[in-house]
Amino acid sequence: MTRVGRWFGRNVVMMIGLVVLLYLFAPIAVVILMSFNQPASKLSYTFDGFTWDNWQHPCRPLGLCDAVSTSLRIGLLATVIATALGTLMAFAMVRHRFRGRTTANLFIFLPMASPEIVLGSSLLALFVSSGFGGQLGFWTVLIAHVMFCLSFVVVTVKARLAGMDLRLEQAAMDLYATEWQAFWRITFPLVLPGIVAAALLSFSLSFDDFIITNLNAGTTVTFPMFVWGSAQRDIPPQINVVGTAMFLAAVILVFGGELARRRRSR
Amino acid sequence: MSAVGQLGATTTAAKPTPPPQRSGRRLTAYLLLLPGGLWLLLFFAIPLVSLLAASLYDPNGSIENGFSMTWHWQNFGDTMADYWRPFVRSLWYALITTAFCLLLGYPLAYAIAIKAGRWKNLMLALVIAPFFTSFLIRTLSWKLLLSDNGFVVDTLKWLHILDEDGRLLATTSAVVTGLTYNFLPFMVLPLYASLERIDTRLIEAGQDLFAGPITTFRTVTLPLSMPGVVAGTLLTFIPSAGDYINSQLLGTPKQRMIGNDIQRLFAAGAYPAAAALSVTLMAAIVVLVLLYIRRAGTEDLV
Repeated sequence: MTRVGRWFGRNVVMMIGLVVLLYLFAPIAVVILMSFNQPASKLSYTFDGFTWDNWQHPCRPLGLCDAVSTSLRIGLLATVIATALGTLMAFAMVRHRFRGRTTANLFIFLPMASPEIVLGSSLLALFVSSGFGGQLGFWTVLIAHVMFCLSFVVVTVKARLAGMDLRLEQAAMDLYATEWQAFWRITFPLVLPGIVAAALLSFSLSFDDFIITNLNAGTTVTFPMFVWGSAQRDIPPQINVVGTAMFLAAVILVFGGELARRRRSR
Repeated sequence: MSAVGQLGATTTAAKPTPPPQRSGRRLTAYLLLLPGGLWLLLFFAIPLVSLLAASLYDPNGSIENGFSMTWHWQNFGDTMADYWRPFVRSLWYALITTAFCLLLGYPLAYAIAIKAGRWKNLMLALVIAPFFTSFLIRTLSWKLLLSDNGFVVDTLKWLHILDEDGRLLATTSAVVTGLTYNFLPFMVLPLYASLERIDTRLIEAGQDLFAGPITTFRTVTLPLSMPGVVAGTLLTFIPSAGDYINSQLLGTPKQRMIGNDIQRLFAAGAYPAAAALSVTLMAAIVVLVLLYIRRAGTEDLV
């Protein structure tokens, strides 16, 4: 085999991998580009010209900022509730042996294995048949979001807990720490990265959800619903501003966290 | 990137061995499970029952007059007669999507887990990054990328893969491209988690025993990564079968999927028909998944 051939053989997987990454990133590049777009007409969705205008006036499209704020409020509340309840469940699943553990495991896994349209339509069926059909809105969406975030929180925290060395806690207790002290000083800090990951995941799932939300939102409009609505008419470039801003915020959060972690561990 | 690694590890977590029991701990377990379990019971399990009930309501009811329970089993036959085409199409699209995700996701996961070295965390972060912008907006970007005078269409025409008057937008290819794009990370993460766990010395041993790269892959790497393959294919197949966003934004009514019809029927207030379709979809998925898991021989998924 020639030298070029050998090099190719060694790196072909990596090259395919990079092309796939490019495929994952192409649309994000478009979102960032389109956030600077100055559309020639209202219905145009091509890049017509560069402007800072959309970034200076992100709230210009009627209802956009209200929708973003609704999504943020639902996202934060759903994250707090789902993370708290899910973390408790994860502790029970990993640290305790009890009757019905396998069933509980399956029960937690099932929502993740159901298509969103089924989850959303069954909740709607419940709300309608129990007489809440007229009260669809903020609270019903929140209930739905906590429901589908919960399973993701449990598996994420569970993975972290399962990989933990139990001897660390035992060592603490050998050194006369009470069970309570051992938990807050040893266990909790070690599980925290898993809880943070679960919270981030919950928030992004909640902020992004459309299918379940759309069925249970009534007249409340979340950000994805705003995007959906405007996709049927004209797409204001400010939507891409929100998309880009979210992306930047997440990148800063993740990379900042990683930097802080590295500095600490040095 | 601890947070990122966590996400990858979710689906194939090792089975933990619970510590020995002390009296009273069992009660604690139930107390810990209670709030979350109640939430799931009230807003996941009971709704499924009411969906099943709604699918048997009298189809002549309306939101204004209410629906009456008439055990109308014909709802299932009637809706299937009307909607079998989008139904079969959804399962078919989901199947193609899963195949493409596996084809694209495996090399990427392999590159990250085994080849990337110190770039591992960065590449993993790049796989998760698309989650950070709203997926509706990203799907809308595909509309632009695949548009008739766009770069992709021009290149394919230049390569004579696409006819001179061919187009991508509003075709099956566009819908499957969008679906594959949206669910690819769900394939890559579990694959990565199981590939990363493989002891690379096993692969080296295969090579030492004069196996070619393809034989080594077929007899060592692939079997060891099967839990990831099973988890990844399920996590892509299930959501894509129920999706209607890609077909709505990138396709035409000819690419309509069952999700479009369920959503439309619910919005129109035709609850019995919509619920019947929803139940049928769920049942079809459960049957397919059970058959698949039995075939793949991995029942230890959860």
